[in-house]
Parts: sequence; C-alpha cells; structure tokens
Amino acid sequence: MRQYFGRKLLVYGLTFFVAVTINWMVPRFMPGDPVSSMVARAGVSNPGAVETMRAYYTGLFGFDQPLWKQYANFWGALLQGDFGISIWVFPTPVSEVIMGAVPYTLGLMVPSVLLSWVVGNWAGALAARRRLLDNTVLPVGYVLTAMPYMWLAVLLAWGLGVVAGVFPVAGGYSFSLQPSLSWEFVADLLHHWVLPFLSLFLVALGGWAIGMRNMIIYELESDYSTYLSALGAPQRLIRRYAFRNAVLPQITGLALQLGVLVAGALVTEIVFSYPGLGSLILKAIQNQDFFLLQGTFMFIVLGVLIANFIIDIVYVVVDPRTRAGMAGAQA
Amino acid sequence: MSLRVSELRVYYRTLKGDVKALDDVSFTMRDGEILGLAGESGCGKTTLGKSLIRLDGRMRHVGGTVELDGRELPIGDDRRMNAFRFHEVSLIPQYSMSAMNPTRKIGKMVGELLRSRGVALDRAELESRLELVELPRTVLDNYPIELSGGMKQRMVMVISTLLNPSLLIADEVTSALDVSTQKAVAKALIGFRDAGFVKSMIFVTHDLALTSHIADTVMVMYAGKLAEKAPSAAMVTAPRHPYTRLLINSLPEVGVRHADKKLSGIAGSPPSLLDPPAGCRFRARCPVAGDECAQEPPVAEVEPGHFVACWKA
Repeated sequence: MRQYFGRKLLVYGLTFFVAVTINWMVPRFMPGDPVSSMVARAGVSNPGAVETMRAYYTGLFGFDQPLWKQYANFWGALLQGDFGISIWVFPTPVSEVIMGAVPYTLGLMVPSVLLSWVVGNWAGALAARRRLLDNTVLPVGYVLTAMPYMWLAVLLAWGLGVVAGVFPVAGGYSFSLQPSLSWEFVADLLHHWVLPFLSLFLVALGGWAIGMRNMIIYELESDYSTYLSALGAPQRLIRRYAFRNAVLPQITGLALQLGVLVAGALVTEIVFSYPGLGSLILKAIQNQDFFLLQGTFMFIVLGVLIANFIIDIVYVVVDPRTRAGMAGAQA
Repeated sequence: MSLRVSELRVYYRTLKGDVKALDDVSFTMRDGEILGLAGESGCGKTTLGKSLIRLDGRMRHVGGTVELDGRELPIGDDRRMNAFRFHEVSLIPQYSMSAMNPTRKIGKMVGELLRSRGVALDRAELESRLELVELPRTVLDNYPIELSGGMKQRMVMVISTLLNPSLLIADEVTSALDVSTQKAVAKALIGFRDAGFVKSMIFVTHDLALTSHIADTVMVMYAGKLAEKAPSAAMVTAPRHPYTRLLINSLPEVGVRHADKKLSGIAGSPPSLLDPPAGCRFRARCPVAGDECAQEPPVAEVEPGHFVACWKA
C-alpha cells in the first residue's frame, strides 16, 4: 500500500515539476513585451520618464536578468508561496487576483460536473436495455453531447435571458450590488449562476448518460450476468452488479473532468462574462501578464493532480482488483 | 423418468430465416443418469443444453415439450422458467473462468445470489462442498481474480449445484482445461451425482473419448437431430450409425503410431441448418448412403436402450 502511494506521489511530483516549468516558459514565448504595454498604458510622453519607467518595471519584474536566473528566482519565490505581481491589475499580487476568481469557477464547475455525472449515470443506467427509455435517452444524449457548450450557452442566454428575460445574461452578480453576506446578494449570485451552470450541466449530462448506457449493456452481456440469469437471479441483482462494475470507468472519466475543472469553463465564463478563472486567463493573455498566466496555469495543474490523486484513492476503495494488484506488488 | 424431451424444436431467428438448430429431438433420462451429449460444432448440442435452462435472445421455442420429474418446463417462457432455474435445473457454463462477478468476494456473491432466490446461505454445507472439490474455505473471502482457472471452475461447480438441482447441464466444462484437470473435473461431477447433489446430468462435449468415461449413456447429435443414443460401452464398441462409427474411427488410439496409420477424418461438412436437405441429413457425407436415405430415417430402438436414426443400422 505504502509502496503504491509512494510511487504515485513520485510520479505526481515529477509531473508537477515539468508542468510548472512549461507554464513558466509558455508566456515568455508569446510575442510582445509586457513592459512596453504597461508604459504605454501610463500615457507618459516625456522620453526621460518613459525610460525611467521602463527601467523600473524591468527591474521590478526581473526581466533584466538572464533567463536561467529568472527561472531559478521563479522557483525560489514559488516555494515561498509568492506568485509575483500582476501586470494587468498592477500592483495587486497574483495570488490575490486568483483567489478572487476561484470561488466563482469552483462554484460553477463543481456542481455542474458532479451533478451531471450523477444524473447522467443514473439516466444511462436506467435507460440501458429498456426499449422505451432508451429510445428517448439515447437521442437526447447524443444531441446534448454533440452540442458545443459555448453554443448552448449562447442559445440559453438568448432564449432564457434576452427573449424570456428570466435570467441575467452577464456577470457574477448585479453591478448595483456590493459583495456581502446578505440574502439579497446570495439570491442575486444564484440568479446569475443558473444559466452558465445549466449550459455546462446539460452538455456534460448527455455524454455521461450515453457512456453509462453502453457500459451497462456491455456488463449485462458479460458472462457473469448470463450465468446469474441462467440461475434465475432477479434482474435487480444483475443490474446492481452491472451498475457497480460499469461505474468504474465512469469514475476515471470523472477524474479527468475534475482535472480540467478549473479551466473547463473558460469559454462559458467569457460568454456570460462570469468573473472566474477562465475570464482571468483571457485577460492575462490579452495583457501579456506573465505572472497571472503562470499563476492560473499553476492552479490548474494543482487541480488536475489533486483530483487524480483523490481518484486513485477512490479506485482503491471501489475496485478490489486494484487492491489485489497492490498485494501482488508486495509479494 | 427424470427427464423426458419430446419432439423439441428450437430455432435461431436470423435475418435470412430460421436456423433449425434443434429439429424434432426426443429422448428420456433415468434418475441418476449421466448423459454425454456429443457431436461436432453446430450439431445443436449446446442449443439443447441452453434450451433446457435459458433460451438466449435469438432462440425461439417452436415446438415440443420438456418434462422434468413429471412437471412440464415452460422453456419458452423466460419468466415462468425462473422458478425452476437453480432449484430444479442448473448449469455449469462453458465460460466458468468469467462466470463470477469480478468485483464481489465469492462468498458474498453466493450469499446474495441465494438470498435473491429466497434461500438462506448454509455456510457449513457450502464449506463441506468446497472440501469435496478440494477448495480451501478461504476462497469465499477471495475475489475471482485471485483464483486459478481450475479453482474457478470448481467454485462454479459448487455454486451451480448448491440447491441440489434435479438436472444439471454441464456445457463444455472440460474444453478449456488441460488433460489432468479434465479428469479431476470429471471425477468431481460423478462425485456430485453419487452424493445425490444432482439427480441427473447432461454432459455436453465434443470430446467423445472423455464422454464415454464419465457418462452412462452417450447421445450423438448431427445437424440438429439425434443420430444415435446408446449406453457408453455399446457406443464405443458397437456403434450402429455410420456417423458415430466415423466419429469414433477418427479418434486417435493409444499405442498406435500415427506415422504408419493416418488418422481418418470425415470428409465434407455438416449441411446448413437454414434450409436443411430432405431425408437423412448425413446422406451427403455418408459412405453407405442408398436410395432409401432420401426419406428421413425414424429413431428406432435396435437394442434395449440403443436408439439409432439410420436406415442401414
């Protein structure tokens, strides 16, 4: 057991190192110069002042040092929990900017991913091998899953937002409100949350339902199901076994989904101008904000790794074959 | 009579039409009898085995009756048949290696299966039967993946016979095993019969040599029909049907060097069961076929307990 998790942790550590390095490299390979745009933003016309500002910013962000030294400094700062200072909203620290956006993204993604997984699996399992339900769940599932989620988002925003006017189409909360812990604000928050949530939920739902339906049919045709039927076991027992075995690959799928959770809503957030990490990434790219981009990517990498680790543990609990494999490794 | 099958017809539904896999088969079995069911692939032996316990989705019960211990089995009615399954008729499947749910401990699975059939698990009885097939009782706390192929096979044998069924269908149970394990399995099956766990048994196989060791009676099928049914000794020493004779001649004998004497097979292949030819179905491959074979030969009892469907027998 310890060996198993030790090996896993080692792999995760390596992955983290490589991913963070790439995250550091990618923004620096982007065309453009963040310092020039910051200076330009200041709108100073005096050449002497421009030069001074350029020198100040370059020194502040460490761009005057050789690349390897920038890289070393980056790791040193990272290990102290320092992500740097944002260029876009200078001089707010990156960690502060990210922490402001994370609750919105998580609040959107965690319920939509988990609920679509639960409901999709349930619907798929129910539909498998039941003619009438199957004939409705399958086509609906295909249509939902084939739909580009941003297109569905636009459709929902137009239908329920613009035409019906039931839900607001933009923002995390009304501009007339200040974030606070009042009922009014929470209700407003939920009101703005419904449409982006719905668009993500519906698209994911179809995929899960189809996957589960196919897996259940596969399990119901497997040898152990046939044997149980031959011994006259009731459908309830056979379906229970089939469900339990069919859900294993779905858990892997969920792990992958949880991984991209943090970034997954990028386009949805842009469609609804939702103030989450997705919007942040867009802003960081537009403003050449190396540090913000690094920070958000880093957050995504951490999310993927932690989600995968949790799933590793869950797998050990639900699939005895993993446990048997571990016993074999010890022997 | 433990089992009486009369004029049983089971067809496979296909897009091209009905495949007559089992066409007018009748036979009986005594209490305590082990019937070896042999024949080449596609002769209908597995179909017969399945018909007695559970028709799969493509199979259709067209006609004929099956009577077990004086009660008619509703083989065409999947729901009503459930009452008989496991309790009266049980099955050791061809796929014993994968017959158990991989994610349940074996003991737990057996308990759940029994409970679902309204029977409480008698742990002591189960353990004594495990002992009989030389399985340690600890296998009940194992997952199927932790057992070897032979162990899984024996475990499935124990599960299938747990409720002392009247009829046990062993479908190709030895096909996937090596020769020494085959013998152990065969012995265990006879032991189950002798201990009274099963009243009678149908042993489906394509291995005629092994069948004659286990079975009291051997039944050879050809192209969906009964060709010959006889006590095993008579079947080996004095087969009457030309097909059976060729089948036995094509078996290698111990002590014969086959460099000198070539093994003879049976030329040709079985007819399509989609549209079988009229008359004797073996006619095209039969070395002794004559004009009368254009008529279908009836099953005749040539000696007590020895049935043959051939004009020349």
